[in-house]
Amino acid sequence: MEDTVKVVEREMAYRAVAWNEPIIYQLSRSGRRGSMVSRPDEKVNATVGHVLSKIPEKLRRKSLPKLPELSEPEVVRHYIRLSQQNYGVDSGISVGVGTCTMKYSPKVNEALVRSPKLAEIHPLQDEETVQGALEIMYRLGKWLCEISGMDEFSMQPRGGAHAVLTNARIIRKYHELKGELDQRNEMITTVLSHPCNGAAPAATGFKVITLYPDETGIPNVEALKAAVSKHTAGLMMTNPYDTGVFDKNIVKYIKIIHEAGGLAAIDQANANSILGRLRIGDVGADLCHFNLHKSFSTPHGSAGPGSAPIGVKKELSKFLPVPVVAYDGTKYYLDYNRPHTIGKTAGFYGVIPNVVRAYAWIMSMGEEGLKETSEVAVVNNNYLIQKLLKIRGVTLPWNESHPRRLQEARFSLQKMKEETGIGVDGLNRRIVDFGIQRCFLAHEPPIVPEPFTPEPPESNSKEDLDQFAWAIQRISDEAYSTPEIVLNAPHNCAITEVDSSPSKDPKKWALTWRAYLKKHG
Amino acid sequence: MPVHPYIPNSDPEVKKEMLRALGVKDAEELFAVIPEKIRFRKNLNLPPSTPEYEVRRHVEQILAKNKNSNEMLTFVGGGCWPHYVPAVCDEINSRSEFLTAYTGDVYSDLGRFQALFEFQSMIGELVGMDAVTFPTYDWPTAAGDALRMAAILTGRHEILVPKTINPDRLSVMSNFSGSLARIKHVGYDRQTGQMSLEDLKSKISTNTAAVYIENPSYLGFIETDCKEIGEIAHDKGALFLVGVEPLSLGILAPPGEYGADIVCGEGQPLGVHMSYGGGSLGFLGCHDDERYLSATGHRLISITKTKREGEWGFTFVLPERSMYTGRDKSACITGTSTILWAITGAVYLSLLGPKGIKELAETIMKNSYYTIKRLSEINGVRVPLFNSPHFEEYTVNFDKTRRSVREVNKALMKFGIQGGKDISSEFPELGSTALYCTTELHTREDIDKLGSALDEVLR
Repeated sequence: MEDTVKVVEREMAYRAVAWNEPIIYQLSRSGRRGSMVSRPDEKVNATVGHVLSKIPEKLRRKSLPKLPELSEPEVVRHYIRLSQQNYGVDSGISVGVGTCTMKYSPKVNEALVRSPKLAEIHPLQDEETVQGALEIMYRLGKWLCEISGMDEFSMQPRGGAHAVLTNARIIRKYHELKGELDQRNEMITTVLSHPCNGAAPAATGFKVITLYPDETGIPNVEALKAAVSKHTAGLMMTNPYDTGVFDKNIVKYIKIIHEAGGLAAIDQANANSILGRLRIGDVGADLCHFNLHKSFSTPHGSAGPGSAPIGVKKELSKFLPVPVVAYDGTKYYLDYNRPHTIGKTAGFYGVIPNVVRAYAWIMSMGEEGLKETSEVAVVNNNYLIQKLLKIRGVTLPWNESHPRRLQEARFSLQKMKEETGIGVDGLNRRIVDFGIQRCFLAHEPPIVPEPFTPEPPESNSKEDLDQFAWAIQRISDEAYSTPEIVLNAPHNCAITEVDSSPSKDPKKWALTWRAYLKKHG
Repeated sequence: MPVHPYIPNSDPEVKKEMLRALGVKDAEELFAVIPEKIRFRKNLNLPPSTPEYEVRRHVEQILAKNKNSNEMLTFVGGGCWPHYVPAVCDEINSRSEFLTAYTGDVYSDLGRFQALFEFQSMIGELVGMDAVTFPTYDWPTAAGDALRMAAILTGRHEILVPKTINPDRLSVMSNFSGSLARIKHVGYDRQTGQMSLEDLKSKISTNTAAVYIENPSYLGFIETDCKEIGEIAHDKGALFLVGVEPLSLGILAPPGEYGADIVCGEGQPLGVHMSYGGGSLGFLGCHDDERYLSATGHRLISITKTKREGEWGFTFVLPERSMYTGRDKSACITGTSTILWAITGAVYLSLLGPKGIKELAETIMKNSYYTIKRLSEINGVRVPLFNSPHFEEYTVNFDKTRRSVREVNKALMKFGIQGGKDISSEFPELGSTALYCTTELHTREDIDKLGSALDEVLR
């Protein structure tokens, strides 16, 4: 296999950049500076006098804050080196990072949002001067309605969990207005949903009931029937799951919840496999959200800022966080006139640069491109599944009931762990040696033993998938023949195995440099 | 569908090859996992696929309708402030290794862990706290998390906040703290704006989980009795929470020094563009105490060593607290936050350094006082309403001119000036009042231009 040989040569040659870069405080030298600050002119100085004396003595800073002192070139070099020790979607293969939809973020969209026409506008400017920003927010909202089958969107939530919290607040408000909040104090979720579907309703004051999958990988309809009662406020769950399984009972669940008087909020954070193929609003969902940093290509930013617009049905639009962008036929405006609003769940209106990026991405894809996205994402995933299942020690739980998956799949290395002692921890420490991003394992609790969850979105080539599969194959071979290579990994990374003992030891952990100096200095 | 440049396998030959490997004729077979009766079989009402040039032109034409702060003079703050963003900040946060990474671990993504640790370290110095968490969405959500922590730590549920707080921020805090916190206002002195210690003493009790104040306050003045407020809180076993704008800490005492237990604030001034309010970053610092760290739902990272001598690594602290493990048992939501802005904040603060941040804070305060002086000369304008020190924002009252803030702002717009935030509906008791903001961006000429424009508008 000529192709495989090429892959081996390339991947085996990988060496990460290892600068052994000091903490910036260790590079500091008293007297250096990295910026020249604007100072007031003489007239201003003369007019205002010693303003600092207006601050009462007790509130004045006595000594300068201990910030590092470096020149501009030194600051640049330090952070460029740190960036070189980071691994983005642009750096290589991030197929392992499931649930995250590590797709390509188009460069043209960066150029658009970094324009002063967006970057330098203030959220409280006169509406006449921000018509462009409002127009794009409004138009994206309409497009997301079309894609989801919902009636109205809010761009306010700044991350997926934030959106789920906002939806939980809306469900709460809905029952409060009906005078049933005291009675309806239970929220139902499923354990394979994203954890925020449990955490957010709990943070909103609901008691959370969690359904577990039966032997087919999804909950039993009877289990839901047994869980609903007059206390049911609603259902908050993810579909498709991050096992890549589509929960086909969704229609039944929603019907049961509605009959019990609850609302259904279906988490569409990862909608990459269903774009143009399923609209959760058509299925009966009352609320949903999308993660623009997943399905809609906005860059993940090393973990944010993301953006997660929420969509609701008409009956719930009166509860949306204020303001909502509206259009009166000639002008766009911020509509605060929603007497039943939940209020606000973040400052201002959302991560607007991501709104613009998503708008531009959808336009580039177009209607047929969205369908092509979901098609290729699903083809990619099933192609990868059949490759990985040929590897010794790798299994796919629920393979019998769900041989085909949507956007991703949750595999298990339990067999390999039992046979070689090497499981997913070893896999993740070794795979980075090949210049491939580590794998996402799974959210807690451990339903699948020794899990790992790759997701190959549409922007990955067949060659990427072959290389990823090659690396898993290689690690399996090593685990069964030369396990010490895996056990001592990583070998080619910026650093060697870390000491994780400070994780639970208050005497050792240090979340800041000053704490480090106090405890270890 | 033509081959799309973002989709390598949209090449029909490649797709066919992959389907062959799967033993499937048509990708449609794979979608059979979705029940047919709920499949969407129509066309979405969206535009067709569009080439890059046309997308760019279309979006740029829409954005061109905006007027940005380079095209007019902006004197508005209120939770997002116009500051200079050094070119280095944009250079670093445009690095695609940072921009396009997500949740890799320390072996693949050492860079973001280290930059985040450095950000936490610098924030720790500014606020005077040894522990700083992962950043969150913005100041309001960080304040909401602080309230949750206080309720969890004290087992109490009442939070006292100054009546002068931003009502929008309070709404977020309320939505975030949920059923854990009941928020009550403490009145303020109409002459000084300061939180009324009398009212505080009358409202605080053993049900009080925390007293939350801001410095500088939303209305721009500096709360000067913070030490006393903290003592009153502590006397009743309540926590003392402080929200801050970080650049002010170049000249103001760190809240950790005047008794704060948890400090939160907004990181947007630290090198992040305003982007219509999209450039927010909330930070949170607290005591380096296991109880406190256990009460936050945010992820926490610690510096550590590795197998190789002299090498730094990073590890998560108490990972089981977060929702990723605790699900509905965890204290709050977390997840995708604002790490790109934390990296940017680290760059910004290391460029400024200790002297730079002091000079910057002085410049801001002096420019504000110059504006206050200039606007005070205008007949009928009262600025500021409160007899207290101010930092970068201040109230401007137009009652005696019989003009609403709305009217004044509309008229200023004709001079190419964005006036202050209209707070007359948020604080009806303050009459026709706007909240103005001056920073290092405003030259004397800019401020004089505002003065002359207001002279003319109010003549």
